[in-house]
Amino acid sequence: MLKMSDNQQRFSGGYDVGRFFRPFAGLAVPAGAVVAALAVGAILLGVFGANPLTGYRELFTGAFGGPDELAATALKSIPLMLVGVGICIAFRTGVINIGGEGQIIMGAILATLVALALPDVPRPILVPLVMIAGGVGGGIWGAIPGALKAYSGVNEILSTIMMNIIAGFFMSFLLEDWLIAPGEIKIQQTKRLTQNADLPILPGGTRLHLGIVVALIVAILGYLLLFRSSLGMRLRAVGHNPHASRAAGMRVEMSITQALAFSGACAGIAGAVLVFGSESHRLIGEGGPLAFTQSAGFNGIVTALFGGLHPLFTVLSSYLFGGMLAGGISLQRAVQVPQALVIALNGVVVVFVVGSLKLRARVQRWAEGDIQMEDRA
Amino acid sequence: MSDFFTVSIIIATLASGIRLAVPFLLAALGEAVGQRAGVLNLGVEGVMLIGAFAAYYAALEWDSAALGLLMGLLVGMVMGLIYALITVVMHAEQGISGIGIYLFGLGFTDLLFQKLVGTPRSIDGLQTRPLNWLADDTGRAGELLFSHTILTYVAFLLVPVIYWLITKTTFGLNVRAVGENPQAADTLGVSVNGIRTAAIIIGNTMAGLAGAVLALEVQIFQQNLTAGRGFIAIALVYFGAWRPVGVMAGSLLFGIVSSTVLRLQVEGIISGSVASIANMAPAVLTVIVLVVVSRRIGQPAALTRPFTRDG
Repeated sequence: MLKMSDNQQRFSGGYDVGRFFRPFAGLAVPAGAVVAALAVGAILLGVFGANPLTGYRELFTGAFGGPDELAATALKSIPLMLVGVGICIAFRTGVINIGGEGQIIMGAILATLVALALPDVPRPILVPLVMIAGGVGGGIWGAIPGALKAYSGVNEILSTIMMNIIAGFFMSFLLEDWLIAPGEIKIQQTKRLTQNADLPILPGGTRLHLGIVVALIVAILGYLLLFRSSLGMRLRAVGHNPHASRAAGMRVEMSITQALAFSGACAGIAGAVLVFGSESHRLIGEGGPLAFTQSAGFNGIVTALFGGLHPLFTVLSSYLFGGMLAGGISLQRAVQVPQALVIALNGVVVVFVVGSLKLRARVQRWAEGDIQMEDRA
Repeated sequence: MSDFFTVSIIIATLASGIRLAVPFLLAALGEAVGQRAGVLNLGVEGVMLIGAFAAYYAALEWDSAALGLLMGLLVGMVMGLIYALITVVMHAEQGISGIGIYLFGLGFTDLLFQKLVGTPRSIDGLQTRPLNWLADDTGRAGELLFSHTILTYVAFLLVPVIYWLITKTTFGLNVRAVGENPQAADTLGVSVNGIRTAAIIIGNTMAGLAGAVLALEVQIFQQNLTAGRGFIAIALVYFGAWRPVGVMAGSLLFGIVSSTVLRLQVEGIISGSVASIANMAPAVLTVIVLVVVSRRIGQPAALTRPFTRDG
């Protein structure tokens, strides 16, 4: 399991020489991992006959070059933020949630059903309602593998993957017949959902909508839950050492179930945002589940890891990765290298970041002046 | 007449189910070897995609399905080396680095396909059917058993081979030892990292081969060609409780369910929505089996745990 060495040296005594470096030492290694990944990307760009500098400049301006670009990046980052915050909660509890994809889909489905059932509820009520419905749908889809792990010992990696597959087929089941938009051509999508559920566009003249506010609220709630509540303290305790937590009288099974339920709820809200914040305002299953989720269930793992499994830093890292997704489009336009490059680079970043975690822990201990002690242990 | 029609359709459906089981079987057998050595590889899906694209592109460029297979195998081997470097040498968390490999494979193959191929062109599949001469004389049973390409036979022959490798050889003993108790194995002079690296390379090579077989079967490449098959293969390892025969049973189940659903849909017997529900069935069944298996049989004790001398 992933265990961040947060504060573990705080009580080690003596003068802490690394006090001032600690926040930066931890960041140095993941930053290096990204630089390494960008170097891989530069090589790929070069192989395809594009100037890497031009490519990266296009990527950067496409992502952060102006108000519209900044807004487009924010839009791309919303699902990453939401899934990522959920991943923080699960991973901190020592539970690996690979089921973001399925949780997004189930959240989107439940939110869509609510919007279909209550089309005339006024917007200020319906918008929060569909977001909550998304959270409930994803939460249930997370709680099931959570409970299976806690009470039956089922490996959550496997069960969440299976739950992804089940959710994908469930979506296509619903859109094949029941929820499909009426018309001559059969496309796996619903009709345009009620306008009362549309996420309002924020003022400022861009396409940015309320989803970003929802994501920020969820991130703050996630932070408060994990680090400022007794529930979160129990979750993190279980993540650090389930046996000790049990000995201390905590209900480890309940914590594991809760963690995956919260994690799924965050992803489910992302599903609701993907429906009601999209330009088409439909649930679309055409092209398969991956086309709907845009791999956010997996990419959210990337941003959470990169954010050090901290909800607020995950917001920042999600915004950066959202920039890569948004900038990938102008990269493709400018140097004719498909934006699939960005997905590939995301994978490289993951590998480099997790590969360097051991190194990161070492650097952090070095900065805290405790390396000799650790070596002896 | 209609009777004959039905029986021959059932035979054809079962035969195609066996064919569809092959990519699952190859990938899951390889994954089982790795997991027996204590290494979880969640990147199977990505390696399959890379193997599939390599096979597709080689077959397209050189007009040879056999070279395609070889390329799928080779890139699988290279991915194995990379994954061993990440997990064995750098001690990276296995579940997450596997997701990294998956994302890399998903994006990289899509990138290469768009850049090198562009418009989809189909390739010739592998048509060597070594036992076809038996099929003519043995009727329907013969069609079921003898009409397959050589790859199907190789895949199913690998079941006893992998069983033998894991249970009867010194290498297999070492694999199980480093998967159950790497510290003890290390004390006895077994190279834990060496055995794990070898197991990872075997697993990834088979995943690359599985992707190649898939590409040669559908004779085309597209983004996300594998569509979750690699992830299902990982689940099949648990389904089969880390035993080759169990893995084979699971692969056949998934293969035959998909072929049956496909056939029923083509024949117009069931609608698309019923087909979706039916396609869900193996995944639901896997979850149920996971509940039963996790109670009954333990996984390799050191699975997902990186090895260090100081524990």
